[in-house]
Amino acid sequence: MKKTIALLASTSLISVGTAAMAADLEVTHWWTSGGEAAAVSEFARMFNENTEHTWVDGAIAGGGGTARPIMVGRITGGDPMGATQFNHGRQAEELVEAGLMLDLTELAEAEGWSDFVNPSSLLDSCTLDGRIYCVPINIHSWQWLWLSHKAYEDAGIPVPTNWDEFVAAAPALEEAGKIPLAMGQQPWQSNGAFNVMAIALAGTDAWKAVHLDHDAEVAAGPDYARVFEAAAQARAFSARSNVQDWNQATNMLISGQAGGQIMGDWAQGEFQVAGQVAGEDYSCLPGLGVNEIISTGGDAFYFPKVNNPEIEAAQLELASLMISKEAQVAFNLKKGSLPVRGDIDLTAANDCMAKGLEILATGAILPDTNQTFSPDTQGQLEDLMVEFWNDPSYSAEDAQRQYADIISRAD
Amino acid sequence: MSSARRVRDGARPPIRLLRNLSSKIAAIPMVLVGLGVFVGGTLWTVLHSFTDSRLLPRLNWVGLDQYERLWSTRRWLVSIENLAVYGIVSLVLTMCLGFFLAALLDRKIRYEDTFRTIFLYPFALSFIVTGLVWQWILNPEFGIQAIIRGLGFQNFNFDPLYNPDLVIIGLLIAGLWQGTGLIMVIMLAGLRGIDEDIWKATRVDGIPIWKTYIIVIIPMMKPVFVTALVLVTSGIVKLYDLVVAMTAGGPGIASEVPAKYVYDTLFTRQNLGQGFAASTMMLVTVAIILIPWAYMQFREKRQ
Repeated sequence: MKKTIALLASTSLISVGTAAMAADLEVTHWWTSGGEAAAVSEFARMFNENTEHTWVDGAIAGGGGTARPIMVGRITGGDPMGATQFNHGRQAEELVEAGLMLDLTELAEAEGWSDFVNPSSLLDSCTLDGRIYCVPINIHSWQWLWLSHKAYEDAGIPVPTNWDEFVAAAPALEEAGKIPLAMGQQPWQSNGAFNVMAIALAGTDAWKAVHLDHDAEVAAGPDYARVFEAAAQARAFSARSNVQDWNQATNMLISGQAGGQIMGDWAQGEFQVAGQVAGEDYSCLPGLGVNEIISTGGDAFYFPKVNNPEIEAAQLELASLMISKEAQVAFNLKKGSLPVRGDIDLTAANDCMAKGLEILATGAILPDTNQTFSPDTQGQLEDLMVEFWNDPSYSAEDAQRQYADIISRAD
Repeated sequence: MSSARRVRDGARPPIRLLRNLSSKIAAIPMVLVGLGVFVGGTLWTVLHSFTDSRLLPRLNWVGLDQYERLWSTRRWLVSIENLAVYGIVSLVLTMCLGFFLAALLDRKIRYEDTFRTIFLYPFALSFIVTGLVWQWILNPEFGIQAIIRGLGFQNFNFDPLYNPDLVIIGLLIAGLWQGTGLIMVIMLAGLRGIDEDIWKATRVDGIPIWKTYIIVIIPMMKPVFVTALVLVTSGIVKLYDLVVAMTAGGPGIASEVPAKYVYDTLFTRQNLGQGFAASTMMLVTVAIILIPWAYMQFREKRQ
């Protein structure tokens, strides 16, 4: 790629003044599953059609955990791509501080991003010392309990409408030979599910105290004790769920083997691909049906500095395109995520997406854990949670003590 | 010959540094790379393990904080324990099995080539492939457990990869399957190097075969054992890809290993200081094993 860019740079130097200022822009991301790839190709199509530049797709397979080290390595190693995905939050914080990212402030001010980006916290995550360094693309929320109608029908009981009913229905499911709660065994899933339970069961105030103020006392207190008890209970429900990936767990719901799964709104894509209809074949309960609130994680694009005015122009055009109304609608419908603009109408949204949009409109939102904790703290919490969810002998009290310890050192 | 005599008889004694000058010049790039990459890189790493470097290295000293945190981290302690168990068991078993197989092959059996190829074949696979293959074989729904249950033994349970207490056995099975063949071949080469007369002599003396192996052959094969030992040990310390392919450290953190901790903290968790502290500890462990060995080797040579 370096060669391509070098070649490109040299040829364009020769042709300066004669040809149009067209550049190839390599865009790296980790969107490789069916729905994800379809969504990102909307960006590519619009970029190729509406500008003179060319989108060079740099998909990196293996998920964010695999892709991010490669991206960071290329940027710090002096081989930057044209644009790259990161999650909302602090994953690229130090790269911005080191001055490796393109400043988008002028474009953002000219287009008035701060007027329409909703929630505004997404733009805050892109901002350092008053300057804007990234374009928020979409909103993904973790706070969903997905329920398989088939599993509950087979067991002869009604589909639960909140977490308490879900817990009460678990024994009946087990009797029918079903797994009450499907869980993938990867660390990020364990940690994510716990956080969803924390917001629903400990309440927003306790969650904010832990996540925003890093208050270890609240983390060690009674509100969180309740969460750990519930998580220990949920751990027993998921004991026979021997799958790794989140979509394998979702497939257990689709086939009716398992009753429920705590997973982000991206699980919707799996139901869609399987031809299932929201409200008929599956239900979604935001905030576990207890505390209807969503966190606003998701993806943003950063544009590494390349010291080449042509590529820079292409970068700014891509940034502008990604946040435009048309691109936001086209991308998010395919991705199953919510748009970052408060001023567009998603009439094509399905049942569950509509629920999400409604909650977003009421402002019942929280930041994502990627925004509240550094990757380092996130990693420590993941280690704790994956051990807790997989080791039945790990007591709720011990886990809470460890949790409070990590929070006291969190940054 | 005459020039050598001239040097010997001449007034100037030969300068040791200038002996084999051309080969020494040829080795300079290698020496420089070795110093720069290995020694320089090691020093840089150790130095930065005393800082609070995050995504990018910076020299902001925090003393031994990174080490204190490292040794109070459950995952690191579990990793060390796993490596110790895996290391000792796999070292003993690879050496024993490797020697045993080699001894069997050395009994002038029929189809020796075929067996040798079969045993060595797994070594041609990468650890990732080995790990994936064994992950499927040990998967309770598709692998051994399903097959034996399918034969009518409904109570048969064998799912080491999903049991925190047994997961290390699953790793060992795959590790041994892959690594034993190489050690076998090395041992076999050693056995072939034993003079036929020695066997004849022991036969004349009426020493049983098993005893010949233990009291005559094995002591004679000491250099071969040392080579095999170094190969196996270095493979154990860098154990990483097998775990990633087979269990990704799970269930929970039951099969984590130090190298994986280093990779995860360095790259996905963007905490260079902590990762460097962990890799420094790995280096110290290797040094503790290697330095006495190297010392012994060199002393023997001098004598």
